[in-house]
Amino acid sequence: MRRIGDAPLIRRLLIGAALVLSALFLLLPLVAIFAQALSEGVMVFWANVSNTFTLHAIGLTLMIALLTIPVCLVFGIALAWLVTRFSFPGRRILQTLIDIPFAVSPVVAGLIYLLLYGRNGWIGGWLDTHDIQLMFAWPGILMVTIFVTCPFVARELIPLMQAQGSREEEAAVTLGASGWTTFRRVTLPNIRWALLYGVILTNARAVGEFGAVSVVSGAIRGKTNTLPLHLEQLYQDYNAVGAFACAALLAFIALLTLAAKAGLEWRAARREAFA
Amino acid sequence: MSQLATWRTGSTRVLPGFGLSMGISVLFISLVLLLPITGLFGQLAGLSFAEYWAIITEGRVVASYMVTIGAAAVAALVNAVFGLLLAWVLVRYEFPGKRLLDALMDLPFALPTAVAGITLATLYASSGWMGRLLEPLGFQIAYTWVGIALAMAFTSIPFVVRTVQPVLEDLPAEVDEAAMSLGATDGVAFRRVILPHIWPALVTGTGLAFVRSLGEFGAIIFIAGNMPYETEITALMIFVKLQEYDYAGASAIASVVLFVSLALLLAINIWQGRFVRRLHGGKG
Repeated sequence: MRRIGDAPLIRRLLIGAALVLSALFLLLPLVAIFAQALSEGVMVFWANVSNTFTLHAIGLTLMIALLTIPVCLVFGIALAWLVTRFSFPGRRILQTLIDIPFAVSPVVAGLIYLLLYGRNGWIGGWLDTHDIQLMFAWPGILMVTIFVTCPFVARELIPLMQAQGSREEEAAVTLGASGWTTFRRVTLPNIRWALLYGVILTNARAVGEFGAVSVVSGAIRGKTNTLPLHLEQLYQDYNAVGAFACAALLAFIALLTLAAKAGLEWRAARREAFA
Repeated sequence: MSQLATWRTGSTRVLPGFGLSMGISVLFISLVLLLPITGLFGQLAGLSFAEYWAIITEGRVVASYMVTIGAAAVAALVNAVFGLLLAWVLVRYEFPGKRLLDALMDLPFALPTAVAGITLATLYASSGWMGRLLEPLGFQIAYTWVGIALAMAFTSIPFVVRTVQPVLEDLPAEVDEAAMSLGATDGVAFRRVILPHIWPALVTGTGLAFVRSLGEFGAIIFIAGNMPYETEITALMIFVKLQEYDYAGASAIASVVLFVSLALLLAINIWQGRFVRRLHGGKG
Protein backbone atom coordinates (compact mmCIF):
# COMPACT_ATOMS: atom_id res chain seq x y z
CA MET A 1 0.00 0.00 0.00
CA ARG A 2 1.23 3.47 -0.89
CA ARG A 3 2.07 5.80 1.99
CA ILE A 4 1.81 9.57 2.16
CA GLY A 5 4.52 11.27 0.15
CA ASP A 6 5.52 8.10 -1.69
CA ALA A 7 4.82 9.46 -5.16
CA PRO A 8 8.19 9.57 -6.98
CA LEU A 9 7.96 13.27 -7.78
CA ILE A 10 7.17 14.38 -4.20
CA ARG A 11 9.78 12.02 -2.88
CA ARG A 12 12.54 13.33 -5.13
CA LEU A 13 11.54 16.91 -4.52
CA LEU A 14 11.61 16.57 -0.72
CA ILE A 15 14.87 14.59 -0.60
CA GLY A 16 16.45 17.08 -3.00
CA ALA A 17 15.31 20.06 -0.95
CA ALA A 18 16.55 18.49 2.30
CA LEU A 19 19.95 17.65 0.80
CA VAL A 20 20.49 21.04 -0.86
CA LEU A 21 19.41 23.02 2.21
CA SER A 22 21.49 20.89 4.59
CA ALA A 23 24.52 21.18 2.34
CA LEU A 24 24.24 24.98 2.25
CA PHE A 25 23.20 25.47 5.84
CA LEU A 26 25.17 22.82 7.74
CA LEU A 27 27.86 21.22 5.57
CA LEU A 28 29.21 24.40 3.98
CA PRO A 29 30.14 26.03 7.32
CA LEU A 30 31.93 22.83 8.34
CA VAL A 31 33.93 22.77 5.10
CA ALA A 32 34.65 26.50 5.41
CA ILE A 33 36.27 26.06 8.85
CA PHE A 34 38.90 23.68 7.53
CA ALA A 35 39.32 25.58 4.25
CA GLN A 36 39.99 28.81 6.17
CA ALA A 37 42.34 27.13 8.64
CA LEU A 38 44.42 25.66 5.82
CA SER A 39 44.09 28.62 3.44
CA GLU A 40 47.73 29.58 3.91
CA GLY A 41 49.05 26.06 3.89
CA VAL A 42 49.71 23.31 6.38
CA MET A 43 52.87 24.95 7.74
CA VAL A 44 51.02 28.14 8.74
CA PHE A 45 48.25 26.04 10.28
CA TRP A 46 50.84 24.14 12.30
CA ALA A 47 52.59 27.34 13.37
CA ASN A 48 49.23 28.71 14.57
CA VAL A 49 48.42 25.58 16.52
CA SER A 50 51.85 25.21 18.13
CA ASN A 51 51.98 28.88 19.21
CA THR A 52 52.61 29.19 22.98
CA PHE A 53 49.32 30.93 23.71
CA THR A 54 47.33 28.43 21.66
CA LEU A 55 49.03 25.51 23.40
CA HIS A 56 48.25 27.06 26.77
CA ALA A 57 44.61 27.55 25.74
CA ILE A 58 44.40 23.92 24.60
CA GLY A 59 45.86 22.76 27.92
CA LEU A 60 43.48 24.86 29.99
CA THR A 61 40.48 23.75 27.91
CA LEU A 62 41.37 20.07 28.32
CA MET A 63 41.95 20.50 32.05
CA ILE A 64 38.54 22.14 32.51
CA ALA A 65 36.85 19.34 30.54
CA LEU A 66 38.68 16.63 32.51
CA LEU A 67 37.61 18.17 35.82
CA THR A 68 34.04 18.81 34.67
CA ILE A 69 33.29 15.28 33.50
CA PRO A 70 33.64 13.40 36.84
CA VAL A 71 31.53 16.01 38.65
CA CYS A 72 28.76 15.76 36.05
CA LEU A 73 28.99 11.95 36.11
CA VAL A 74 28.48 11.69 39.87
CA PHE A 75 25.62 14.19 39.81
CA GLY A 76 24.01 12.67 36.70
CA ILE A 77 24.07 9.12 38.06
CA ALA A 78 22.83 10.18 41.50
CA LEU A 79 19.97 12.22 40.07
CA ALA A 80 18.97 9.53 37.55
CA TRP A 81 19.03 6.86 40.26
CA LEU A 82 16.95 9.06 42.53
CA VAL A 83 14.20 10.00 40.08
CA THR A 84 13.92 6.62 38.31
CA ARG A 85 14.22 4.26 41.29
CA PHE A 86 12.20 6.06 43.94
CA SER A 87 8.98 7.97 44.11
CA PHE A 88 8.74 10.93 46.40
CA PRO A 89 7.10 14.34 46.48
CA GLY A 90 9.05 16.85 44.39
CA ARG A 91 10.34 14.31 41.87
CA ARG A 92 8.92 16.26 38.92
CA ILE A 93 10.31 19.51 40.28
CA LEU A 94 13.83 18.07 40.42
CA GLN A 95 13.50 16.96 36.80
CA THR A 96 12.42 20.44 35.75
CA LEU A 97 15.17 22.11 37.77
CA ILE A 98 17.96 20.28 35.96
CA ASP A 99 16.76 21.86 32.71
CA ILE A 100 17.59 25.33 34.03
CA PRO A 101 21.06 25.41 32.43
CA PHE A 102 19.49 24.64 29.04
CA ALA A 103 17.10 27.56 29.30
CA VAL A 104 19.39 30.14 30.90
CA SER A 105 21.45 32.23 28.51
CA PRO A 106 25.17 31.43 28.91
CA VAL A 107 25.91 35.12 29.55
CA VAL A 108 23.37 35.16 32.38
CA ALA A 109 24.92 31.96 33.78
CA GLY A 110 28.33 33.61 33.85
CA LEU A 111 26.87 36.76 35.37
CA ILE A 112 25.15 35.05 38.31
CA TYR A 113 28.41 33.32 39.22
CA LEU A 114 30.32 36.58 38.92
CA LEU A 115 27.82 38.35 41.19
CA LEU A 116 28.04 35.70 43.88
CA TYR A 117 31.72 34.82 43.83
CA GLY A 118 33.18 38.08 42.50
CA ARG A 119 34.75 40.56 44.89
CA ASN A 120 31.42 42.38 45.46
CA GLY A 121 29.37 39.24 46.05
CA TRP A 122 28.50 37.97 49.52
CA ILE A 123 30.57 34.83 49.14
CA GLY A 124 33.20 36.49 46.98
CA GLY A 125 33.75 39.24 49.54
CA TRP A 126 34.46 36.69 52.24
CA LEU A 127 36.76 34.75 49.91
CA ASP A 128 38.55 37.96 49.03
CA THR A 129 39.43 38.67 52.66
CA HIS A 130 40.95 35.17 52.76
CA ASP A 131 42.88 35.79 49.54
CA ILE A 132 40.97 33.22 47.52
CA GLN A 133 40.14 34.31 43.98
CA LEU A 134 37.68 32.21 42.01
CA MET A 135 36.50 34.67 39.36
CA PHE A 136 38.87 35.72 36.55
CA ALA A 137 40.81 32.53 37.33
CA TRP A 138 40.47 28.90 36.29
CA PRO A 139 38.22 27.82 39.21
CA GLY A 140 35.57 30.27 37.97
CA ILE A 141 35.80 28.83 34.47
CA LEU A 142 35.38 25.35 35.95
CA MET A 143 32.34 26.42 38.00
CA VAL A 144 30.40 27.92 35.10
CA THR A 145 31.36 25.01 32.86
CA ILE A 146 29.87 22.61 35.41
CA PHE A 147 26.74 24.78 35.49
CA VAL A 148 26.19 24.67 31.72
CA THR A 149 27.06 20.97 31.29
CA CYS A 150 25.45 19.33 34.33
CA PRO A 151 22.16 18.27 32.66
CA PHE A 152 23.70 16.15 29.88
CA VAL A 153 24.52 12.91 31.74
CA ALA A 154 21.29 12.98 33.75
CA ARG A 155 19.26 13.73 30.59
CA GLU A 156 20.73 10.69 28.82
CA LEU A 157 20.29 8.34 31.78
CA ILE A 158 16.80 9.20 33.02
CA PRO A 159 14.73 8.00 30.02
CA LEU A 160 16.84 4.84 29.69
CA MET A 161 16.70 3.90 33.37
CA GLN A 162 12.99 4.69 33.42
CA ALA A 163 12.42 2.32 30.48
CA GLN A 164 14.59 -0.45 31.92
CA GLY A 165 12.79 -0.41 35.26
CA SER A 166 14.32 -1.61 38.52
CA ARG A 167 13.42 -5.31 38.48
CA GLU A 168 16.99 -6.54 37.88
CA GLU A 169 18.37 -4.40 40.68
CA GLU A 170 15.61 -5.49 43.04
CA ALA A 171 16.45 -9.13 42.29
CA ALA A 172 20.14 -8.52 43.02
CA VAL A 173 19.37 -6.78 46.30
CA THR A 174 16.88 -9.46 47.32
CA LEU A 175 19.57 -12.09 46.68
CA GLY A 176 21.80 -10.29 49.13
CA ALA A 177 24.00 -8.08 46.95
CA SER A 178 25.13 -4.84 48.56
CA GLY A 179 24.04 -1.52 47.08
CA TRP A 180 27.44 -0.84 45.56
CA THR A 181 27.75 -4.35 44.07
CA THR A 182 24.25 -4.06 42.62
CA PHE A 183 25.12 -0.76 41.03
CA ARG A 184 28.46 -1.96 39.65
CA ARG A 185 27.36 -5.39 38.41
CA VAL A 186 23.74 -4.80 37.39
CA THR A 187 23.06 -1.13 36.73
CA LEU A 188 26.36 -0.01 35.24
CA PRO A 189 26.48 -2.65 32.45
CA ASN A 190 22.92 -1.68 31.49
CA ILE A 191 23.57 2.04 31.26
CA ARG A 192 27.20 2.15 30.13
CA TRP A 193 26.51 3.29 26.55
CA ALA A 194 24.12 6.03 27.59
CA LEU A 195 26.67 7.02 30.20
CA LEU A 196 29.39 7.18 27.57
CA TYR A 197 27.19 9.28 25.30
CA GLY A 198 26.42 11.62 28.19
CA VAL A 199 30.15 12.02 28.80
CA ILE A 200 30.76 12.76 25.11
CA LEU A 201 28.08 15.47 25.11
CA THR A 202 29.41 16.92 28.37
CA ASN A 203 32.90 17.02 26.92
CA ALA A 204 31.76 18.67 23.67
CA ARG A 205 29.98 21.43 25.57
CA ALA A 206 32.73 21.84 28.19
CA VAL A 207 35.36 22.26 25.51
CA GLY A 208 33.29 24.70 23.48
CA GLU A 209 31.52 26.86 26.08
CA PHE A 210 31.92 30.52 25.21
CA GLY A 211 29.34 32.92 26.63
CA ALA A 212 29.47 31.87 30.29
CA VAL A 213 33.24 31.44 30.28
CA SER A 214 33.87 34.80 28.64
CA VAL A 215 32.05 36.55 31.49
CA VAL A 216 34.07 34.96 34.31
CA SER A 217 37.47 34.32 32.73
CA GLY A 218 38.91 37.77 32.14
CA ALA A 219 40.52 36.19 29.05
CA ILE A 220 44.12 36.78 30.03
CA ARG A 221 46.35 35.35 27.31
CA GLY A 222 48.49 32.49 28.55
CA LYS A 223 46.53 32.45 31.82
CA THR A 224 42.75 32.22 31.69
CA ASN A 225 42.15 31.92 27.97
CA THR A 226 40.30 28.80 26.88
CA LEU A 227 40.40 27.77 23.24
CA PRO A 228 37.07 29.42 22.27
CA LEU A 229 38.15 32.67 23.98
CA HIS A 230 41.57 32.55 22.34
CA LEU A 231 39.87 32.06 18.98
CA GLU A 232 37.72 35.13 19.58
CA GLN A 233 40.76 37.28 20.42
CA LEU A 234 42.60 36.16 17.30
CA TYR A 235 39.51 36.88 15.20
CA GLN A 236 39.11 40.38 16.70
CA ASP A 237 42.83 40.99 16.03
CA TYR A 238 42.19 40.30 12.33
CA ASN A 239 44.18 37.08 12.51
CA ALA A 240 41.47 35.05 10.76
CA VAL A 241 43.75 32.17 9.80
CA GLY A 242 44.94 31.81 13.39
CA ALA A 243 41.35 31.95 14.65
CA PHE A 244 40.26 29.29 12.18
CA ALA A 245 43.20 27.07 13.16
CA CYS A 246 41.74 27.00 16.70
CA ALA A 247 38.25 26.62 15.21
CA ALA A 248 39.45 23.61 13.20
CA LEU A 249 40.71 21.90 16.38
CA LEU A 250 37.34 22.46 18.04
CA ALA A 251 35.47 21.38 14.90
CA PHE A 252 37.55 18.20 14.88
CA ILE A 253 36.37 17.42 18.42
CA ALA A 254 32.81 18.11 17.25
CA LEU A 255 33.26 15.64 14.37
CA LEU A 256 34.56 13.01 16.78
CA THR A 257 31.47 13.65 18.91
CA LEU A 258 29.19 13.10 15.91
CA ALA A 259 31.06 9.94 14.90
CA ALA A 260 30.85 8.56 18.43
CA LYS A 261 27.13 9.27 18.52
CA ALA A 262 26.54 7.59 15.16
CA GLY A 263 28.62 4.60 16.31
CA LEU A 264 26.70 4.22 19.56
CA GLU A 265 23.36 4.47 17.77
CA TRP A 266 24.42 1.92 15.18
CA ARG A 267 25.42 -0.42 18.00
CA ALA A 268 22.09 0.04 19.77
CA ALA A 269 20.15 -0.57 16.54
CA ARG A 270 22.15 -3.73 15.82
CA ARG A 271 21.52 -5.08 19.30
CA GLU A 272 17.84 -4.36 18.96
CA ALA A 273 17.79 -6.22 15.64
CA PHE A 274 19.38 -9.29 17.24
CA ALA A 275 17.28 -9.15 20.38
CA MET B 1 5.00 4.27 35.22
CA SER B 2 2.97 1.45 36.77
CA GLN B 3 6.05 0.46 38.71
CA LEU B 4 6.26 3.88 40.20
CA ALA B 5 2.63 3.60 41.19
CA THR B 6 3.44 0.51 43.26
CA TRP B 7 6.32 2.38 44.85
CA ARG B 8 3.94 5.05 45.91
CA THR B 9 1.51 2.62 47.50
CA GLY B 10 4.09 0.18 48.84
CA SER B 11 5.68 1.43 52.01
CA THR B 12 9.02 -0.43 51.81
CA ARG B 13 11.84 0.64 49.54
CA VAL B 14 13.79 -2.39 48.32
CA LEU B 15 16.61 -0.54 46.63
CA PRO B 16 19.30 1.20 48.65
CA GLY B 17 20.81 4.59 47.98
CA PHE B 18 17.78 6.83 48.47
CA GLY B 19 19.49 8.97 51.08
CA LEU B 20 22.80 9.14 49.24
CA SER B 21 21.36 9.99 45.82
CA MET B 22 18.90 12.45 47.35
CA GLY B 23 21.74 14.07 49.28
CA ILE B 24 24.01 14.44 46.26
CA SER B 25 21.21 15.67 43.98
CA VAL B 26 19.76 18.22 46.37
CA LEU B 27 23.18 19.49 47.42
CA PHE B 28 24.32 19.83 43.81
CA ILE B 29 21.13 21.51 42.57
CA SER B 30 21.16 23.90 45.52
CA LEU B 31 24.83 24.85 45.26
CA VAL B 32 25.32 24.85 41.50
CA LEU B 33 21.93 25.87 40.12
CA LEU B 34 19.98 27.76 42.78
CA LEU B 35 22.50 29.48 45.04
CA PRO B 36 24.05 31.60 42.24
CA ILE B 37 20.60 32.91 41.32
CA THR B 38 20.38 34.40 44.82
CA GLY B 39 23.44 36.50 43.93
CA LEU B 40 21.37 38.10 41.19
CA PHE B 41 18.57 38.96 43.60
CA GLY B 42 21.08 40.30 46.09
CA GLN B 43 22.36 42.69 43.47
CA LEU B 44 18.82 43.70 42.46
CA ALA B 45 17.87 44.39 46.07
CA GLY B 46 20.18 47.42 45.94
CA LEU B 47 18.02 49.01 43.25
CA SER B 48 14.78 50.88 43.80
CA PHE B 49 11.91 49.86 41.56
CA ALA B 50 12.13 53.16 39.67
CA GLU B 51 15.83 52.60 38.97
CA TYR B 52 15.17 49.00 37.95
CA TRP B 53 12.38 50.06 35.63
CA ALA B 54 14.51 52.81 34.10
CA ILE B 55 17.30 50.33 33.27
CA ILE B 56 15.11 47.67 31.71
CA THR B 57 13.05 50.15 29.66
CA GLU B 58 15.94 52.24 28.37
CA GLY B 59 15.64 52.81 24.61
CA ARG B 60 18.74 50.88 23.59
CA VAL B 61 17.78 47.92 25.80
CA VAL B 62 14.21 47.82 24.50
CA ALA B 63 15.57 47.89 20.95
CA SER B 64 17.70 44.86 21.85
CA TYR B 65 14.59 42.98 23.11
CA MET B 66 12.91 43.70 19.78
CA VAL B 67 15.89 42.51 17.75
CA THR B 68 16.33 39.37 19.87
CA ILE B 69 12.66 38.37 20.00
CA GLY B 70 12.03 39.19 16.33
CA ALA B 71 15.06 37.30 15.05
CA ALA B 72 14.39 34.36 17.39
CA ALA B 73 10.79 34.15 16.20
CA VAL B 74 11.85 34.18 12.55
CA ALA B 75 14.55 31.59 13.25
CA ALA B 76 12.11 29.34 15.13
CA LEU B 77 9.49 29.52 12.37
CA VAL B 78 12.04 28.81 9.63
CA ASN B 79 13.32 25.90 11.71
CA ALA B 80 9.80 24.56 12.21
CA VAL B 81 9.45 24.16 8.43
CA PHE B 82 13.04 23.14 7.69
CA GLY B 83 13.21 20.83 10.71
CA LEU B 84 9.92 19.14 9.79
CA LEU B 85 11.20 18.60 6.24
CA LEU B 86 14.45 17.07 7.51
CA ALA B 87 12.73 14.85 10.08
CA TRP B 88 10.25 13.67 7.44
CA VAL B 89 12.94 12.89 4.86
CA LEU B 90 15.08 11.07 7.46
CA VAL B 91 12.19 8.92 8.71
CA ARG B 92 10.25 8.19 5.52
CA TYR B 93 12.76 7.80 2.71
CA GLU B 94 15.81 5.68 1.91
CA PHE B 95 18.52 7.37 -0.13
CA PRO B 96 22.30 7.36 -0.39
CA GLY B 97 23.93 9.53 2.25
CA LYS B 98 21.01 9.25 4.66
CA ARG B 99 23.17 8.10 7.58
CA LEU B 100 25.51 11.03 6.99
CA LEU B 101 22.65 13.50 6.81
CA ASP B 102 21.31 12.09 10.06
CA ALA B 103 24.69 12.51 11.77
CA LEU B 104 25.01 16.05 10.36
CA MET B 105 21.81 17.09 12.20
CA ASP B 106 23.67 17.17 15.52
CA LEU B 107 26.50 19.32 14.21
CA PRO B 108 25.12 22.60 15.62
CA PHE B 109 24.99 21.07 19.13
CA ALA B 110 28.47 19.57 18.86
CA LEU B 111 30.14 22.60 17.31
CA PRO B 112 31.21 25.29 19.81
CA THR B 113 29.09 28.40 19.34
CA ALA B 114 32.07 30.70 18.86
CA VAL B 115 33.27 28.47 16.02
CA ALA B 116 29.84 28.65 14.40
CA GLY B 117 29.90 32.42 14.94
CA ILE B 118 33.17 33.22 13.20
CA THR B 119 32.41 30.71 10.43
CA LEU B 120 28.98 32.15 9.60
CA ALA B 121 30.37 35.69 9.81
CA THR B 122 33.17 34.78 7.38
CA LEU B 123 30.86 32.91 4.99
CA TYR B 124 28.26 35.68 4.75
CA ALA B 125 30.58 38.70 4.82
CA SER B 126 30.81 40.42 1.44
CA SER B 127 34.08 38.61 0.65
CA GLY B 128 32.83 35.21 1.88
CA TRP B 129 31.62 32.29 -0.24
CA MET B 130 27.94 33.05 0.38
CA GLY B 131 28.23 36.81 0.68
CA ARG B 132 29.89 37.08 -2.72
CA LEU B 133 26.92 35.30 -4.31
CA LEU B 134 24.16 37.00 -2.34
CA GLU B 135 25.29 40.62 -2.14
CA PRO B 136 25.17 41.36 -5.87
CA LEU B 137 21.55 40.13 -5.72
CA GLY B 138 20.82 42.68 -3.03
CA PHE B 139 20.80 40.35 -0.01
CA GLN B 140 22.92 41.73 2.80
CA ILE B 141 23.06 39.10 5.56
CA ALA B 142 26.17 39.70 7.67
CA TYR B 143 25.84 42.64 10.10
CA THR B 144 22.04 42.80 9.71
CA TRP B 145 19.28 41.18 11.76
CA VAL B 146 18.96 38.53 9.02
CA GLY B 147 22.45 37.38 10.01
CA ILE B 148 21.32 37.21 13.64
CA ALA B 149 18.32 35.07 12.66
CA LEU B 150 20.57 32.88 10.52
CA ALA B 151 22.97 32.24 13.40
CA MET B 152 20.04 31.51 15.73
CA ALA B 153 18.52 29.10 13.20
CA PHE B 154 21.86 27.31 12.82
CA THR B 155 22.36 26.72 16.53
CA SER B 156 18.78 25.61 17.22
CA ILE B 157 17.77 23.44 14.23
CA PRO B 158 18.50 20.12 16.04
CA PHE B 159 15.78 20.85 18.61
CA VAL B 160 13.04 20.60 15.97
CA VAL B 161 14.52 17.64 14.06
CA ARG B 162 15.27 15.57 17.15
CA THR B 163 11.89 16.26 18.76
CA VAL B 164 9.78 15.47 15.68
CA GLN B 165 11.83 12.52 14.39
CA PRO B 166 10.94 9.94 17.11
CA VAL B 167 7.23 10.83 16.96
CA LEU B 168 7.19 10.36 13.18
CA GLU B 169 8.98 7.02 13.59
CA ASP B 170 6.35 5.79 16.03
CA LEU B 171 3.50 6.66 13.66
CA PRO B 172 2.11 3.31 12.45
CA ALA B 173 1.99 2.73 8.69
CA GLU B 174 -1.73 1.94 8.82
CA VAL B 175 -2.50 5.54 9.66
CA ASP B 176 -1.46 6.97 6.34
CA GLU B 177 -2.44 3.85 4.41
CA ALA B 178 -5.97 4.33 5.65
CA ALA B 179 -5.97 7.98 4.63
CA MET B 180 -4.56 7.22 1.19
CA SER B 181 -6.94 4.34 0.50
CA LEU B 182 -9.84 6.66 1.23
CA GLY B 183 -8.64 8.71 -1.71
CA ALA B 184 -7.08 11.72 -0.01
CA THR B 185 -4.31 13.53 -1.86
CA ASP B 186 -0.85 13.67 -0.28
CA GLY B 187 -1.29 17.25 0.85
CA VAL B 188 -4.70 16.74 2.41
CA ALA B 189 -3.66 13.46 4.07
CA PHE B 190 -0.55 15.09 5.51
CA ARG B 191 -2.47 18.04 6.86
CA ARG B 192 -5.40 16.06 8.23
CA VAL B 193 -3.68 12.89 9.47
CA ILE B 194 0.05 13.38 10.03
CA LEU B 195 0.17 16.98 11.19
CA PRO B 196 -2.31 16.62 14.10
CA HIS B 197 -0.27 13.68 15.35
CA ILE B 198 3.13 15.37 15.28
CA TRP B 199 1.82 18.83 16.16
CA PRO B 200 2.67 18.66 19.91
CA ALA B 201 6.23 17.53 19.16
CA LEU B 202 6.61 20.21 16.50
CA VAL B 203 5.42 22.92 18.89
CA THR B 204 7.71 21.64 21.67
CA GLY B 205 10.74 21.50 19.36
CA THR B 206 10.02 24.95 17.95
CA GLY B 207 9.53 26.31 21.46
CA LEU B 208 12.86 24.88 22.61
CA ALA B 209 14.54 26.35 19.53
CA PHE B 210 13.01 29.74 20.35
CA VAL B 211 14.19 29.67 23.98
CA ARG B 212 17.66 28.65 22.91
CA SER B 213 17.77 31.47 20.34
CA LEU B 214 16.74 34.08 22.93
CA GLY B 215 19.80 33.28 25.03
CA GLU B 216 22.34 32.53 22.30
CA PHE B 217 25.46 34.68 22.39
CA GLY B 218 28.63 33.14 20.91
CA ALA B 219 27.19 32.28 17.52
CA ILE B 220 25.56 35.69 17.05
CA ILE B 221 27.95 38.42 18.15
CA PHE B 222 30.38 37.88 15.27
CA ILE B 223 27.78 38.11 12.50
CA ALA B 224 25.53 40.70 14.18
CA GLY B 225 27.63 43.82 13.65
CA ASN B 226 26.42 44.96 17.11
CA MET B 227 25.13 48.40 16.09
CA PRO B 228 23.24 50.07 18.95
CA TYR B 229 19.45 50.16 18.32
CA GLU B 230 19.91 48.09 15.15
CA THR B 231 21.67 44.77 15.65
CA GLU B 232 22.40 44.45 19.35
CA ILE B 233 20.99 41.37 21.08
CA THR B 234 19.97 41.41 24.75
CA ALA B 235 22.71 38.98 25.82
CA LEU B 236 25.23 41.43 24.37
CA MET B 237 23.65 44.32 26.33
CA ILE B 238 24.34 42.38 29.55
CA PHE B 239 27.90 41.83 28.41
CA VAL B 240 28.39 45.51 27.54
CA LYS B 241 27.09 46.60 30.97
CA LEU B 242 29.51 44.18 32.62
CA GLN B 243 32.44 45.58 30.70
CA GLU B 244 31.46 49.00 32.00
CA TYR B 245 31.43 47.49 35.54
CA ASP B 246 27.74 48.40 35.74
CA TYR B 247 26.80 45.26 37.70
CA ALA B 248 23.39 46.63 38.70
CA GLY B 249 22.48 47.35 35.09
CA ALA B 250 23.70 43.94 33.92
CA SER B 251 21.70 42.25 36.70
CA ALA B 252 18.51 44.11 35.90
CA ILE B 253 18.60 43.13 32.23
CA ALA B 254 19.69 39.59 33.14
CA SER B 255 16.70 39.26 35.47
CA VAL B 256 14.37 40.01 32.55
CA VAL B 257 16.11 37.41 30.35
CA LEU B 258 16.15 34.87 33.19
CA PHE B 259 12.48 35.38 34.00
CA VAL B 260 11.37 35.05 30.37
CA SER B 261 13.45 31.94 29.70
CA LEU B 262 12.39 30.18 32.91
CA ALA B 263 8.73 31.01 32.25
CA LEU B 264 9.02 29.62 28.71
CA LEU B 265 10.82 26.51 29.99
CA LEU B 266 8.04 25.90 32.49
CA ALA B 267 5.37 26.43 29.83
CA ILE B 268 7.08 23.97 27.47
CA ASN B 269 7.42 21.41 30.27
CA ILE B 270 3.74 21.66 31.15
CA TRP B 271 2.70 21.47 27.50
CA GLN B 272 5.00 18.48 26.93
CA GLY B 273 3.69 16.71 30.03
CA ARG B 274 0.17 17.14 28.72
CA PHE B 275 0.82 15.64 25.30
CA VAL B 276 2.96 12.80 26.62
CA ARG B 277 0.02 11.78 28.83
CA ARG B 278 -2.32 12.03 25.88
CA LEU B 279 -0.09 9.92 23.65
CA HIS B 280 0.28 7.19 26.24
CA GLY B 281 -3.41 7.24 27.07
CA GLY B 282 -4.24 5.57 30.37
CA LYS B 283 -0.71 4.28 30.85
CA GLY B 284 0.84 7.59 31.74
